[in-house]
Amino acid sequence: MAIFLDGSSKVIVQGMTGSEGSKHTSRMLASGTNVVGGVTPGKGGQNVEIGGKSLPVFNTVKEAIAVTGANVSVVFVPPKFAKAAAIDAIDAEIPLMVVITEGIPVHDTAEFFAYAQSKKSADGKGAKTRIIGPNCPGLISPGLSNVGIIPADITGKGKIGLVSKSGTLTYQMMYELRDFGFTTAVGIGGDPVIGTTHIDCLKAFQDDPETEAIVMIGEIGGDAEERAAAFIKEYVTKPVVGYVAGFTAPEGKTMGHAGAIVSGSSGTAEAKKVALEAAGVKVGKTPSETANLMRSLLNR
Amino acid sequence: MDLYEYQARDLFEAHSVPVLKGAVASTPDEAAKAAADIGGRVVVKAQVKVGGRGKAGGVKLAENADDAREKASAILGMDIKGHTVHKVMIAQAAPIAAEYYLAILLDRAHRSFLVMASVSGGMDIEQVAHETPEKLARVNFDAYQGLSEGKALEIVRAGAFPADIEAEVARVLMLLWKVFKEEDATLVEVNPLVKTDDGSIIALDGKVTLDDNASFRHPSHESLVDTAAADPLEAAAKEKDLNYVKLDGEVGIIGNGAGLVMSTLDVVAYAGEKFGGVRPANFLDIGGGASAQVMADGLSIILGDPAVKSVFVNVFGGITACDAVANGIVQALAMLGDKATKPIVVRLDGNNVKEGRRILDEAAHPLVQQAETMDGAASRAAELAAK
Repeated sequence: MAIFLDGSSKVIVQGMTGSEGSKHTSRMLASGTNVVGGVTPGKGGQNVEIGGKSLPVFNTVKEAIAVTGANVSVVFVPPKFAKAAAIDAIDAEIPLMVVITEGIPVHDTAEFFAYAQSKKSADGKGAKTRIIGPNCPGLISPGLSNVGIIPADITGKGKIGLVSKSGTLTYQMMYELRDFGFTTAVGIGGDPVIGTTHIDCLKAFQDDPETEAIVMIGEIGGDAEERAAAFIKEYVTKPVVGYVAGFTAPEGKTMGHAGAIVSGSSGTAEAKKVALEAAGVKVGKTPSETANLMRSLLNR
Repeated sequence: MDLYEYQARDLFEAHSVPVLKGAVASTPDEAAKAAADIGGRVVVKAQVKVGGRGKAGGVKLAENADDAREKASAILGMDIKGHTVHKVMIAQAAPIAAEYYLAILLDRAHRSFLVMASVSGGMDIEQVAHETPEKLARVNFDAYQGLSEGKALEIVRAGAFPADIEAEVARVLMLLWKVFKEEDATLVEVNPLVKTDDGSIIALDGKVTLDDNASFRHPSHESLVDTAAADPLEAAAKEKDLNYVKLDGEVGIIGNGAGLVMSTLDVVAYAGEKFGGVRPANFLDIGGGASAQVMADGLSIILGDPAVKSVFVNVFGGITACDAVANGIVQALAMLGDKATKPIVVRLDGNNVKEGRRILDEAAHPLVQQAETMDGAASRAAELAAK
């Protein structure tokens, strides 16, 4: 098993005809993802050749789903048009939407997130559309499917689940633990407002029988890690190893990610580390020390 | 981007939020002229992006234009918590009957917008939240639906505002919502919101943070950037579209991906503990496509920092292939020529790493040395910086 993404995932690419969209569609196809089409408003009705495959282009996500049976969309459209693309996917009730785009105004994200929450799933517990991102590398269930921009050749299928705010730290950690492999690695994104949180992923990994242990990577800004720590205490029985980036970040400066900012005394790496350790999570000082903590847990 | 108080006042005025007359001044003479234009008693207020300026003596009442000149000359150039005062705001003085608090902000935890309202205004709101949380109403509202007039009134009532002014406070709250929404703000705070002796409700001091990601739809926000106060290296980096933050250490850092670069700073700081406490000199994320030009721009900014003693280039090739990064480094050093004078430790891993390392080995640039691991490279760079 894996979380959110598996062998049955049929993927459409919003913005497939753009340069980023077509480049990554080709990479996703090469890594075995079942990409079934794309959406670009105004360009529907044609087919494009990508990676040796002829893929249909649709004007809306709804049309794309009707024809292809897609259940995942991945968004590569520029920030200006990202909200419209997201609303289109939410209106079509796509079960999973992964927003890769960096630089979306936070009002737009807050709006389409709220819009998605207004469409309740059948059981009434969540929304019909799960959003991952924005400003994220996507997610990979090695050997099954890969949606976004995570390199597929770092490592294979295994028993670790990974959730991270950062793309390159995800790659680094997958590389450090390549001998164990992963069920799913999820990059949840570095924006102040994101659709899927550390907590959502921790819950899914806890409930996934194939995931034996979890790596959680956080960074400065907000209090998502502190809330994740409280959730771990209450719900997670599998071993969790953590890493937090940004101990040396000065107050009031945005460190690359729009959400990575220490405001006054809140959002510091130290506070996150303390909260995680209080919940029984082993926290590494460096990525390699974190990997070693996981290694010794799994080799016990 | 955080705005100065005078910029927030101007923005409020443009959206019809009730404010008092005010003008900004950079010299005592400008202050006197502004005071004369406003007429009567004025308040001279230091413009700094940090709290506690009143206690530090950065806010003074002036009786007339001459007095305003004198007060401005005392405040201009003052140091408030490490911030030098370059500008003062001259504001009309008002007889205050009561001070309140009103703010709209992005609530990251709830992924929605939040209004905070309190009749205990004028003081530090974190203190109010901590000591008397019952005096601070916190109400979330749906970001997609926006703030309705009915909701605004409900919030004002939750904040326990006196009944005779609640309609007016709700009206002001709706105007602040207009500022928040139309300007793509993540914070619009009024502290204090005052009732004057004649019963008017006025935004006396404002704090506004604008979302930099939304600048594409607000060309006018460009003029709000305070280029004079920016660090010169940060300004130079911004001109080249580089994601750079100046820090106070000795090891220059270049990496790809915000998370990995933050992590690199931390790893260097840990390694530096063994070498006399050397620290990272900057944050610099060159992002996904590290072309030779981007690498050259990044290196030249970092080598232009006199505090830098060594450089650590830390790249994990995801989409970017390591051979492209290695070629970028080699070409960047060729472009920089004898301007490159500091030792550079390079750690490459990931996509096409063998070829990347081979290219650097073959180039054998005297300043460049390679390390196999991130921790090892950090330690080497710290050691070189401590020499």
